[in-house]
Amino acid sequence: MAFGPHLLLAALEGLVTSAVLALMALGLSLVFGVMRVVNVAHGEFYMLGAVIAWWVASLVTGHPALGFLAALVISPLIVGAIALCAERLVLRRLDYDPEATIVATIGLLYLLQQAALTLYGPEARPVPAPFSYRVLLPWFGYSGYKLSVIASSAVLLLATWFVLTRTRIGLVMRATQYDRETAQAFGIAVDRVYAGVFALGAMLAAIAAVLIVPISQAHYLMGLDPLLLSFIVVIIGGLGSLRGTLVAALLIGLSDGIVSMFFSPTLAKIIATLVVAMVLVFRPQGLFGTAAR
Amino acid sequence: MTAALEIRGLHCAYGEVQVLHGLDLTLEKSEVHCLLGRNGAGKTTTLKAIMGLVRATSGSVVLAGRDLAALPAHDVPKAGVAYVPQGRRLFAEMTVAENLEIGLMARGRGAATRDGVLQLFPLLRERLGQRSGTLSGGEQQMLAMARALCLEPEVLLLDEPTEGLQPSMIARIRETVATLKGRGVSTILVEQRIDAVLSIADRVTFIENGRNRDTVEIATLRGDPALVRRYVGVG
Repeated sequence: MAFGPHLLLAALEGLVTSAVLALMALGLSLVFGVMRVVNVAHGEFYMLGAVIAWWVASLVTGHPALGFLAALVISPLIVGAIALCAERLVLRRLDYDPEATIVATIGLLYLLQQAALTLYGPEARPVPAPFSYRVLLPWFGYSGYKLSVIASSAVLLLATWFVLTRTRIGLVMRATQYDRETAQAFGIAVDRVYAGVFALGAMLAAIAAVLIVPISQAHYLMGLDPLLLSFIVVIIGGLGSLRGTLVAALLIGLSDGIVSMFFSPTLAKIIATLVVAMVLVFRPQGLFGTAAR
Repeated sequence: MTAALEIRGLHCAYGEVQVLHGLDLTLEKSEVHCLLGRNGAGKTTTLKAIMGLVRATSGSVVLAGRDLAALPAHDVPKAGVAYVPQGRRLFAEMTVAENLEIGLMARGRGAATRDGVLQLFPLLRERLGQRSGTLSGGEQQMLAMARALCLEPEVLLLDEPTEGLQPSMIARIRETVATLKGRGVSTILVEQRIDAVLSIADRVTFIENGRNRDTVEIATLRGDPALVRRYVGVG
């Protein structure tokens, strides 16, 4: 294959990674931005999303699209409910203390991971793609499903942006993010906002997982790598910044796709880590972040 | 006169540090009641305790028969108390319009209330789309007051509203407080500027070490400046 088409293929693969990464990192960034909680268990909500998607899809008979669509609805709801319970039972009791919640979410990470190992097992299991259409380009054919993942992610990101910037719910979330005490003084029930944001963050991770699981496979350890990449994305983009998250996800996803294809996946990870180090040294608040009050 | 707000035996602490030790205060309807005291006396804590932002360990804050101290903080503004914090505490990344919207949402008020508030602060109408963090100090103070007035409160708490402002802006704030008094709003004002206190307040309560030491009519204070020196150390 000539260099041009090869680069296009690598860029498309990178965009798929970016799409999934942006959704997952957005959840992590929202939770930190609004609650100031670094959710180390975020990758496990992603893993649960994939595992539950496999479970739901395996229960639904008939066309694979039916099982997939059922998983796309049910899995994020279940993961959101689990996150809501974790917020009420753990984070609220710690009064969202930044240090204590890091330790608590590390504990949550192991709890969820071991629960998945016990109930789901150590095997990697695929979920059938809802359709197998291939888009025929002049140089190669490309998975229509992968293109739909990019489109779905773009729609979800736009919807999230719309909610955050154009609706009352978004206004309340931003007020809570900027100044918790003043938000309370204007009738905002901050604890309810926190519960909703934590559940929303987990649901975004679960949706990302449902989208990716027909391409990769559901496995109880699958949350660790995306968690690391999500942290890289939100550190580069700026914790709490939607725009920064999107730009950084594109940057990391594309560089991952292109460098992995032309050189090696290890080099892609080294580059991402170097970029994070540079950002931490020269712009610790991230490319689009602002210093916290 | 009838009481708009009654505080009885209010105790508050930040962790182990007791700040208020049984504070009593009665705010009459349409009254501007000023709290005076040295730094750390408990003036700001009193306002925060009324808002539920610092939990009372004992005592009561009664508004229209309801004990605000028993409510969660986010229900206090819904009961009719609005707060303009020290340093304004605007949502700096949001526009002027969005800051006002936050105020309107607290008690489910709409466009009519917003228009009424903007009549009091016409300059803000020209700045609705501007990010509030980019306003001047005086404009920010206007916005902080406008945001609070969007609640159409029965009781208004003002914490050092003239801090760092030029004289023309201080005069505007005095006028606004007087206008609100005329509309039946009762105000508790924490203020360091004695000239502002003398021109706005109806009564003054001196707070010392978390206790109310004395409450005097403003005429008494005008006639006896030594009172201020005794409790505040300035004047």
